[in-house]
Amino acid sequence: MAKNNLLRLENLCVSYGGIRAVKGINLTVPEGEIVTLIGANGAGKSTILRTIAGLVKPESGKIYFKDNDITCKAPNLIVEQGITLVPEGRRVFPDLTVLENLKIGGYLRKDNLDADIEWVYTLFPRLKERSWQMAGTLSGGEQQMLAVGRALMSKPKLIMMDEPSLGLAPIIVQDIMNIIKTVNKEGVTILLVEQNANLALKIAHYGYVCETGHISTEGSGAALLEDEAVKAAYLGKARKK
Amino acid sequence: MTITTLFQHILTGISLGGAYALIAIGYTMVYGILRLINFAHGDIFMMAGYFMIFSMATLPWQIAIPLVCILTVALGVAVERAAYKPLRSAPRMSIMISAIGASYLIQNLATYLFTALPKAYPEIPFLKKILHIGSISSSLVTFITPVLTILLVLALMFLIHHTKVGMAMRAVSKDFETAQLMGIKLNNTISYTFVIGSLLAAIGSILYFTDRMSVTPFSGTLPGLKCFIAAVLGGIGNIPGAMVGGFIIGICETFLVAFGYSTFSDAFTFILLIIILLFRPTGLFGEKMTDKV
Repeated sequence: MAKNNLLRLENLCVSYGGIRAVKGINLTVPEGEIVTLIGANGAGKSTILRTIAGLVKPESGKIYFKDNDITCKAPNLIVEQGITLVPEGRRVFPDLTVLENLKIGGYLRKDNLDADIEWVYTLFPRLKERSWQMAGTLSGGEQQMLAVGRALMSKPKLIMMDEPSLGLAPIIVQDIMNIIKTVNKEGVTILLVEQNANLALKIAHYGYVCETGHISTEGSGAALLEDEAVKAAYLGKARKK
Repeated sequence: MTITTLFQHILTGISLGGAYALIAIGYTMVYGILRLINFAHGDIFMMAGYFMIFSMATLPWQIAIPLVCILTVALGVAVERAAYKPLRSAPRMSIMISAIGASYLIQNLATYLFTALPKAYPEIPFLKKILHIGSISSSLVTFITPVLTILLVLALMFLIHHTKVGMAMRAVSKDFETAQLMGIKLNNTISYTFVIGSLLAAIGSILYFTDRMSVTPFSGTLPGLKCFIAAVLGGIGNIPGAMVGGFIIGICETFLVAFGYSTFSDAFTFILLIIILLFRPTGLFGEKMTDKV
C-alpha cells in the first residue's frame, strides 16, 4: 500500500548559538501513522520539532508538508497549514482557565469551537470537571492532557509531541500513551519525540534513532525494539554475554 | 479646613489621580507583556499635548480630539517598531537602554521643533464650564476625569478578559514561544498593547493639560515618572492596581499642596516609591514572586 507522505525533511541542518545541533536529517512521516524520534538528551530531537514549527530557522535543508515547501515559514503560518507542536514541559498558560487554554488552541479558527471543545472533553473527561480552574492548578498529567487537547483544537493534520512523558508518574505515562493512540485513531498523524524509547517504539509504526544530530538507525517500531544496538543504547537491555 | 474645602480637595485629587491612572496603565501594560519599562511613555504623553495644540489651531475640538488620539497611537506604535521590535531577542537591559534613548530623542526633537518655551494649551470650551454641585464648584473636566478613567478601565478589563485579542495578550505576556505555537502573531499583539497604552495616554493628556494651560518638551518627564511610580505602587503588570496607584498619588499630592507643603509634593511620590520597594516590592496588588526551579 503506497502511503502519502505528510511531512518530509530533506537534509535539514540547524545551528543553535554557533553549535550545529542538527546535521543533515532526512525523515518522512506518512499520513495517518505514529512516527517516533528517539535518542538521548541533546541529540537534537527537540530542535528538529522546533524547526518544523517555525520557532527556529534552519541553516540549510528543506521541510515539505504535503509537498509544499514550508521551510522558514512563520509559526502562525505553520499552524494554519495544520501542524501543531505540543511543547516540552507542557507549557499550558497557567493564568488562563482550562477552557480558555482550549479556546486559545483554536486561535486561528474562525468557525465555532463549541463542538470541538465538547470532543476534547469527551476524550479527557477530567478536563471537563476542571473547566473553570486555572490551568496552573492542574496536576502534571492533567496539564499534559490539556496541552494535547489544546493542540487538537486547531484541527491539526499533524501533531508533534515533545517528550510528553517527561516528569510524569509511570501510571500517568501509560495514560498519555493511550491518549496518543486514541488521537491517532481519530485520523491525526503523530510525530513523537521521546526519551522513553521503550514506550514510544511500542506505539509507533515507524521509528528513527537520533544521535548527536544524525539519524543513526531507522525502522518499524517492532524492528527497532528488537535491534541489538538500540536495545543496548536506549532500552537498557544489553545483550548478556 | 471646612468640610467644603475638604471635598473640594478630594475632588481635585481624584481628578488628578484619574489622569495619572490613565498614563500609569500604559506603563503597566507594556511591562506586563514585554517586561520593559517604557521610558518613552511620558514623552508620548507630552507629544499628545503638542498634537492637541496644533490640531486645535485649525480644527474644532470634535475633530481635534480623535485626531490627537490617532496621532499619539501612531507615535506609540512607531516607537515600538523602531526602538523595541529589533531588540526582541536581545537582553532586557538593551531594550531598557533603547527606551531611555527613545525618551530623550522625543524630548529633544520636541525642543528642536517647538522650542523649549511653554506653548499655551487650547481650551476646550465645554470641559472648562464651571459646574456647581452643592457648595463644591469646579470645571467640568474635574468631574469627568475620574468617571472616564473608571469607565475606560472597566472597558479595558472587559477587553482583556473576554475578547480574543485580550486572551492573546494574556498568553503572550506569559509565554512568547507557546503563544506563537497557538498561531498568535507576536508583533501584532505587542502592537495592540502599545495602541491601547498610547490611546489612554492621549486621553490622559487632554484631561491633564486642560487643567494646566501649557505644554513644554519636558512636561512629560515628571508626570511620566509619577505614573510609573503609580504603576509600581499598584503592582506593575496589574491594570486595576495602576488605577488605584494613580488615584492614591493624585490624592496625596493634592493634599500635600493643600496643607502648604507643595515644595514636597514631588518628593513625597518618590519617598512613596522607596517605601513600597522596601516593604512590598511587588506593589499593592502585584503577583507574588515565586521562583520555580
